[in-house]
Amino acid sequence: MVVKNLKIIIVLWLAMLVFFSHSVSAELTIQITGGTKSAIPVAVVPFAWRGVSGHAPINVASIVSADLTRSGHFKTLPVRDMINKPSRTEAIKLGNWRALAQDYLVIGEIKQNQDRFIIEFKLFDVYRGKQLLGYRLPATARGLRRTVHRISDLVYEELTGLKGVFNSRIAYVTQKKKSKRVSIYRLKVADSDGFNPKVIASSREPIMSPAWSPDGKKIAYVSFEKKKHRIFIQTLATGQRSTIPRGRGINGAPAWSPDGSQLAITLSKDGSPDIYVVDLNNRSWQKLTKSYAIDTEPAWSPDGRQIVFTSDRGGKPQLYTIPSHGGSAKRLTYQGDYNARGSFSKDGRKLVMVHGNRGDYRIAIMDMATKVFSILTKGPLDESPTFSANSGMVLYAKIMNDKGVLSATSVDGSMNQVLTFDKGDVREPAWSQ
Amino acid sequence: MKACLQWMMVFSVVVFVVGCSSTNKKTEGFGGSDAVTSGYSEGGAIQDERLGDLEEITNGSLMGGEFNNPDSLLSKSVIYFMFDSSEVQPVFAEVVTAHAQYLVANSGQRVILEGHADERGSPEYNVALSERRAKAVARMLEMQGVFPEQIEIISYGEMKPSEDGHDQAAWQLNRRVEITYQAQS
Repeated sequence: MVVKNLKIIIVLWLAMLVFFSHSVSAELTIQITGGTKSAIPVAVVPFAWRGVSGHAPINVASIVSADLTRSGHFKTLPVRDMINKPSRTEAIKLGNWRALAQDYLVIGEIKQNQDRFIIEFKLFDVYRGKQLLGYRLPATARGLRRTVHRISDLVYEELTGLKGVFNSRIAYVTQKKKSKRVSIYRLKVADSDGFNPKVIASSREPIMSPAWSPDGKKIAYVSFEKKKHRIFIQTLATGQRSTIPRGRGINGAPAWSPDGSQLAITLSKDGSPDIYVVDLNNRSWQKLTKSYAIDTEPAWSPDGRQIVFTSDRGGKPQLYTIPSHGGSAKRLTYQGDYNARGSFSKDGRKLVMVHGNRGDYRIAIMDMATKVFSILTKGPLDESPTFSANSGMVLYAKIMNDKGVLSATSVDGSMNQVLTFDKGDVREPAWSQ
Repeated sequence: MKACLQWMMVFSVVVFVVGCSSTNKKTEGFGGSDAVTSGYSEGGAIQDERLGDLEEITNGSLMGGEFNNPDSLLSKSVIYFMFDSSEVQPVFAEVVTAHAQYLVANSGQRVILEGHADERGSPEYNVALSERRAKAVARMLEMQGVFPEQIEIISYGEMKPSEDGHDQAAWQLNRRVEITYQAQS
């Protein structure tokens, strides 16, 4: 079924209050814009509630719809357009969904068993009249949202063949001004859609450059506590943190090796900022670059053999690569007058970066084989791009209405999602892998 | 005209926060399981109240006399930079010289050079750029006889803008090195 114009603009004013048990609330607004002709039509029917109280504790269908929509691969049917709302297989009238030009259908229900929940869902191929998936997923009250994102992942994986990333997490830094000269910086971790934020570190001095360990259990970051740069590695489950030996000057830009055993960092202890590799087992350093220019923002290739970094050794910031065991650097980018903060896609075929031209900064992706650039965002102040684990989306920071916000875009640039937090500026996102 | 504008910027009083040694930080667990972490989420709110303890004082009230006198070059303590540049412009050279002379005459006095960048471009690159700016000022001080031990550098990149805006007017005030004197103990 061909749908002619799928240029859709969906604005989901979820504006839902995220409740903490101590009545601290943070308001989050998610705005999704865009659409592609190839988006697959899917109907996610509101899930039936079979519990003791009056209504379900969570709107499964709206969360799954939002997840699928922002991936750029799907177009979801608005609830008001549904002719009926089945929650069980026997109530499905396939003709209705065919008439609505839906390729796939998701139905389900939430059951309550004292303080635990069971979410059942099924995915159908409308044209073949065949069930593709059927799951019963148990959840605690606190774990409900993550479980719903898991449903999005399962549907996404079944229909696209790609790994879903909705059940992943993001880290980011918020800055809230208390007065002209005093701000509170907080490092937070949230679900991939910005919900359930938790503070993992806070300081009156800046916090920067969070980086997830490959296993998702730790975050390395830079903190300026006591007016000194220091790189910390914090274990999320316990809140415990360790530091790596610091040098005088800049200690920054931590990047985990793919196996998690090494950290590439920037140190300026010898004068200008250079790239070093730190072995996390014995904390020994190896200096990789030795230029008099700025060398910073290292990131590893997926095979661990190369490190891409930003350097202004040619006059302007551009991206270079260097073997991770040492060797000579090779220039990678020539387009535009500013290319920085590169990082590789999972398959190593793409490089995402901040791409600047005459003071306009956008997120761009370079194809490593053809060296062709594609510009993903509209600028003018976009920075800190981070790939999702399946490399299908890029999360980055931008300024919107005078506020620092996070934005996610599909790698073809067709879908865009903005996460606006009620208070303060948000920056430096990092997506767990 | 442009120089005149720059001088006006320099007159903006530099305030610095003495609370640096009491930087209040804490770390918290992230409960992947059902572990109760919500209580920790309020950590920030508690800290916010403690901010009342912070004293904001000027170089002038700390150092006295000449730092308060608008006719003295020592009252000027912010050096501004051009876009993507770490070159100290001639108009600011005499400000740096005034501080150099003071530091040479008071060799027990220590100074912090805080490097800053505007928000454009990548945050870690901006940290490096702002360090280069602070080092350019440090080099000028040292060339005039200030001991390296008297100088400490910290580069903040774009993380601590002096102005909130997202336009040229804010950016040119945010590309700066702030000279602040450390309290003598």
